[in-house]
Amino acid sequence: MHEVRIKTVGEKINLRRTTAIARKESIQILRDVRSLLIVVSMPAMLMLLMGYGISLDQKHVPVCFFDRDPSQESRALLNRFRSSEYFGFVTAAPSYPAMVSAVDRGRCSLGLVIPNDFAERMRDGGDVTVEGIVDGTDDNTANVVFTYAESVIADFSRSVQLNYLERTGLKSATGALALEPRVWFNESLESRNFIVPGVVALVMAVIGAFLASLTIAREWERGTMEQLISTPVKPLEITLGKLLPYFAIGMGDTAICVLVSVFWFKVPMRGSWAALILASMMFLLTILMLGFWISAVTRSQLLASQFSLLATLLPSFLLSGFGFPITQTPAVVRALSYLVPARYYVLLLKNIFLKGAGMASEWQPLLALGLFAVLISFVAMRSFHKILQ
Amino acid sequence: MLERLRQMLIKEFLQILRDPRGRFVLFVPLILQMLVFGYAATFELHSVPLAVLDLDHSYESRDLVSRFSSSSHFVLSAAPHDRHQLARLISDGTVSIAIQILPGFAEAMRKGRGVVQVIADGSDSNTAMIALGYIAQIAGGYSVAYGRERILRIAPELWQRMPSVSFDRRPWYNEDLNSRWFFVPGVIGDLLTVSVLSLAAFGIVRERELGTLEQLMVSPITRFEFILGKTAAPFLIGLCQFAVVMIVARLWFEVPFRGSYGLMLLGTCLYILSILGVAMFMSTISTNQQQALVGTFFFTMPTLFLSGFAFPISSMPPALQWFSYLIPLRYFLVIIRASFLKGVGTSVLWPQLLALAATSLALLAISTLRFHKSLD
Repeated sequence: MHEVRIKTVGEKINLRRTTAIARKESIQILRDVRSLLIVVSMPAMLMLLMGYGISLDQKHVPVCFFDRDPSQESRALLNRFRSSEYFGFVTAAPSYPAMVSAVDRGRCSLGLVIPNDFAERMRDGGDVTVEGIVDGTDDNTANVVFTYAESVIADFSRSVQLNYLERTGLKSATGALALEPRVWFNESLESRNFIVPGVVALVMAVIGAFLASLTIAREWERGTMEQLISTPVKPLEITLGKLLPYFAIGMGDTAICVLVSVFWFKVPMRGSWAALILASMMFLLTILMLGFWISAVTRSQLLASQFSLLATLLPSFLLSGFGFPITQTPAVVRALSYLVPARYYVLLLKNIFLKGAGMASEWQPLLALGLFAVLISFVAMRSFHKILQ
Repeated sequence: MLERLRQMLIKEFLQILRDPRGRFVLFVPLILQMLVFGYAATFELHSVPLAVLDLDHSYESRDLVSRFSSSSHFVLSAAPHDRHQLARLISDGTVSIAIQILPGFAEAMRKGRGVVQVIADGSDSNTAMIALGYIAQIAGGYSVAYGRERILRIAPELWQRMPSVSFDRRPWYNEDLNSRWFFVPGVIGDLLTVSVLSLAAFGIVRERELGTLEQLMVSPITRFEFILGKTAAPFLIGLCQFAVVMIVARLWFEVPFRGSYGLMLLGTCLYILSILGVAMFMSTISTNQQQALVGTFFFTMPTLFLSGFAFPISSMPPALQWFSYLIPLRYFLVIIRASFLKGVGTSVLWPQLLALAATSLALLAISTLRFHKSLD
């Protein structure tokens, strides 16, 4: 066993030396109980934090209104808002400025202004406009609130018109067009179902790069790297030996993330476990190698941690399609996103979890992840080699 | 005392700026983050790819389809021949939303029972929801126009007296609902948190780990001077970063600034101080850089995700909403966004300023006291 030599990348690896490094690294990890606890609890904590914290759902939006002409008709409209599942409390404001300040201070998210000819128009006909004031600072929330309000008002308008036509005996003249929406893969449009699989990628990216970036940088800062180099151990063996325990921890962390998604957040897991495991392994390898490369180049824990956060968290968050739709970004950004490994991993996670995808249908992103893993490993090894010589 | 402080500051700046990679990490991520957030972080939907399967081929169905294709929200990107093709387009992600008009649509419209099937890919629920909203808007418009045409034909005098209610969207402060105006100013807060925190926390812990802290302590420098010197450098660097972000936001992204620069600067100083307080506290409880790193990590992650930086606090479960009051960035973001977009002053923002001032004072006081003990 000890004499087995494998030929890779033009260099002979001694398994015994590699496992010795791996043992040393494992002992170092296990000795530091505090860090170990953190490494194990971090993914669960992050999953909970992001799973709950990242949500774009707006439920029970608080509404306040200023009714310039309180009437039976305006009450009917406001009751529509009260009975809608989208809106929460509907409260009256005594004056226009009072309503504006309520919106300004965030006490309600939508301010409705009912004009003084509302009842008159409802009785005698003609178009009347209800103003909806929303704090547009957060454009997405504003957009969602507007869409909800529009649908309530459109419903109200339609029923008023139906009433009118019924009275005039022209009921058949309405052009009612109903929508029959069917949402696939996430039937209740629960944002958690699409956020949580993405969070797995985010957590893995952060933890993986973090772990790896520290391993080499610490040895360098403490001067123990020179000691390692002076032994007969080869760079490739150092890399492999150091990566093995972290890879094991990383896979453990992935398992925690997936279990939290499935059992805590109840995200449906409809696809192939094999594809999920393969994708996770390749992504983890890519991320670990990236962290390894960064820490070999920077040789400082501060710089390594900052760089690896920059290289993993930001792209995984913004360019992976995790939260923001990539199709909506400028072409340059879209092109850049193809260079982000997390993009493929997020896509795979969503497809495997929600769409029930397997190996065969997902060969393209799987291949892309595999290529990244090989490429980054190669670059990391080369630069490590160069630095050692 | 001033002379000692000056020497200490020179040493600190030398240590931070000596290394070209250190200089790089201070300013390049800054610009990068601004650009990425400015261009990539958008929830706006323009030209969403849409597939349409029209099985009716009537005047009515074509009229409806043309309303979709002429809308700026959608682009007709596929015209499948049957349901299977349509299903495949959704499954493989070519389109995220599709419309299916069944045979007999025109007939059903005449009877007042027109139905259009909409199929949305819910694996991106936010996009699906917004797109469904747009579809409802367009379908509603079609429905109204159809009804009007018929009534005008049968009894034009009745149309005049037909009541209808429309809704007028009035988004304040961000009139075009531009995502960039929301994200770019917020980057100031996110950046200052990460850079000031790690500079300051690592600054002390590294000295301790390398043993140079003892050397400093045997020098005549006092505890107060030491902490002042250690925090002054990250403080000044934070202010420089703030200036860069302000310039990029104003001149490159042309985000309007409607408030007072003085108030903004005051808020920024208070925020940097409170982050310095966090960093000092962290360095009193960590003995090596790895611990400091984990500490900054545990502080940064909730800050990024629970402060309202990207995701609305109002959407979080109540427990997290309460927790978010403990996050200084929450207050600073209110100050930033109000200063940029709303143009309000101290009369509105005093609670946030007060919260930041109290946080920084408390944390700095505690860590100065603790620091003394941790040296012994």
